[in-house]
Amino acid sequence: MIRIAIKMLMGDRLKYLGLLAGMAFAAMMISQQMSIFLGLSSQTGTFIREMTSTDLWVMDPQLRFSEDTISLPDTALQRVRSIEGVAHAVPLYKGFLKAQLADGTRTSVIVVGVDDATLSGAPATIKNGDATLLRQEPGILIDERDMGTKLAYTRSGGAPMKLGDRISINDRDALVVGTYRGSPSFFWDPTIYTTYSRALQFAPRERRLMSFVMVKVAPGQDVLAVKERIERITGYAARTSVDFENITKAYILKSTGILINFGIAVGLGFVIGMIVTGQTFFNFTLDNLRYFAALKAMGASTGTLVRMVLSQVLSVTWLAFGLGVGIAAFMGHFLAKTDLAFLMKWEVLVVTVGMMLVVGVVAALISLVKVLRLEPGVVFKG
Amino acid sequence: MDTLTATPTIEPGAKADRPVAVYCKGITKTYGSGQSAVRALRGVDVDVRTGELMMLVGPSGCGKTTLISIIAGVLDRDEGECTVLGKDFKVLGPSGTTQFRATNVGFVFQAFNLIPTLTLAENVAVPLLINRVRRADAIEQACEMLKKVGLGDRTKDIPTRLSGGQQQRVAISRALVHKPKLLVCDEPTSALDHVTGQKVMELLRSVAAGNDLSLVVVTHDARIFEFADRIAEMDDGRIVSMTTGKGHQHSSFDASHAK
Repeated sequence: MIRIAIKMLMGDRLKYLGLLAGMAFAAMMISQQMSIFLGLSSQTGTFIREMTSTDLWVMDPQLRFSEDTISLPDTALQRVRSIEGVAHAVPLYKGFLKAQLADGTRTSVIVVGVDDATLSGAPATIKNGDATLLRQEPGILIDERDMGTKLAYTRSGGAPMKLGDRISINDRDALVVGTYRGSPSFFWDPTIYTTYSRALQFAPRERRLMSFVMVKVAPGQDVLAVKERIERITGYAARTSVDFENITKAYILKSTGILINFGIAVGLGFVIGMIVTGQTFFNFTLDNLRYFAALKAMGASTGTLVRMVLSQVLSVTWLAFGLGVGIAAFMGHFLAKTDLAFLMKWEVLVVTVGMMLVVGVVAALISLVKVLRLEPGVVFKG
Repeated sequence: MDTLTATPTIEPGAKADRPVAVYCKGITKTYGSGQSAVRALRGVDVDVRTGELMMLVGPSGCGKTTLISIIAGVLDRDEGECTVLGKDFKVLGPSGTTQFRATNVGFVFQAFNLIPTLTLAENVAVPLLINRVRRADAIEQACEMLKKVGLGDRTKDIPTRLSGGQQQRVAISRALVHKPKLLVCDEPTSALDHVTGQKVMELLRSVAAGNDLSLVVVTHDARIFEFADRIAEMDDGRIVSMTTGKGHQHSSFDASHAK
């Protein structure tokens, strides 16, 4: 009877296509919006993930996320270095500074100052050499993707920045000595790498300028034990990259409202899917009511009718899920070549299929109420 | 036709020697309640013998459809006794009645009710599928049945490509494919022209005669009264007369004439 049910549904081409399109649109909306949300959410941790050389980030306990600017005193570095289990610890500067390009274009930049001696924390993928390029005075590394966009000479026609160009950061001269390939970040401003000492020269005069102490744990030492020790002895917060990324993500989600915005978009997809599917499927059921009545009169049990209606809805749901997620993935494939966020994890598929099943089952239930309440005797009423 | 009294008695021509397939006594049915209540049946006594073709006739609203619905087990009676093939639907309960209908009752509807998106074979196979016959076997039996009604070469067609008469033959095939013991037909010829209607009735008559099948036919169409063994005339929720027909005089059906 299930094949009969599906043929009944597919035979009404217009309604079938309407149903399929409505559900596919819902699946596309839900999966695409969730993937963009996950992509954005993941991009909040780009800076942290790219610092692969560190086991622990030591920071002010009140620091809320990676771009927050609560600095540590210089003594923090020595205090951390003195703790058992710390192999080495280096300072890191991170701050938002004003910059001016040669043509007068003004912009703000994120300046990251890495340890002068070890260059620990410098980008891993430097295109025209390695981190030692930073030893040239007054060298900076810029993201190659920012050269023609965020750091382009917009006041003189948009020409891209080039190696060897000079840039003024907080009225201090800087020289572009290299480019790196960074991952897209949630934070819009271009990230510029330089040495720690040079970053301090760029930064405005303040009593405290060190943003983080980057800790490498000694071989054989338990990272969590060292973390606990640092926190206990210094009173600072010591966080693994995963923890730091998680609090950053949580703060951004909480403070920006993107979770609500994407939640609304996903909810809309769900509601639209529900309305379109429910309405279309209910109309299909109404159109076929006399056949359902005839089947009922001929002895089709309640279980048979439930299976028929569910198989009709679920067959469309499954197909629409594939179609909608396929379209979303196709869009994501193209977004991957841009800085736009898109991350379709398996969880997206699970949640989408779950939501689509709810849409389908609710649509089926609305119709089933009509079918199951149907008196088979109506078939004798002309 | 000879007019009989309102009390259902079995005349010789009405196969009185055959076992009773449908037995109803004092059946009442009221729709609604209070001032808006409509008494559709006011104590109907009727019986149908095995192999008999009984017609229910009468003006609109006289209770024909209600009576056939109760006999077919798709509507509950309020009062009275009713057994079909020895079973009382009130005792069987809803799921037992559904199962009983699936196994023992065939339906022919005024509007055919063939599912337009299914092939003729699939339409005819539906009662077998309801009875959980394997799909391949059900389709094979459906094709055999369609062959018997002269539509063996159109098993893969869809109903909308057929004439009204052909559609009703498909509907009859569907009603008979699972070899029911009781066939209930609601205005089977009302949507057909006279000649086609006659052929459909010849078909029904012949299958009833050949299969010990009891038929209850609701009709307004006086032109087919001649096919009945007995005709129960209803009015205002009662059977007001019972007449014998000439049904028993009809010979078996040659499907090729119905094309």
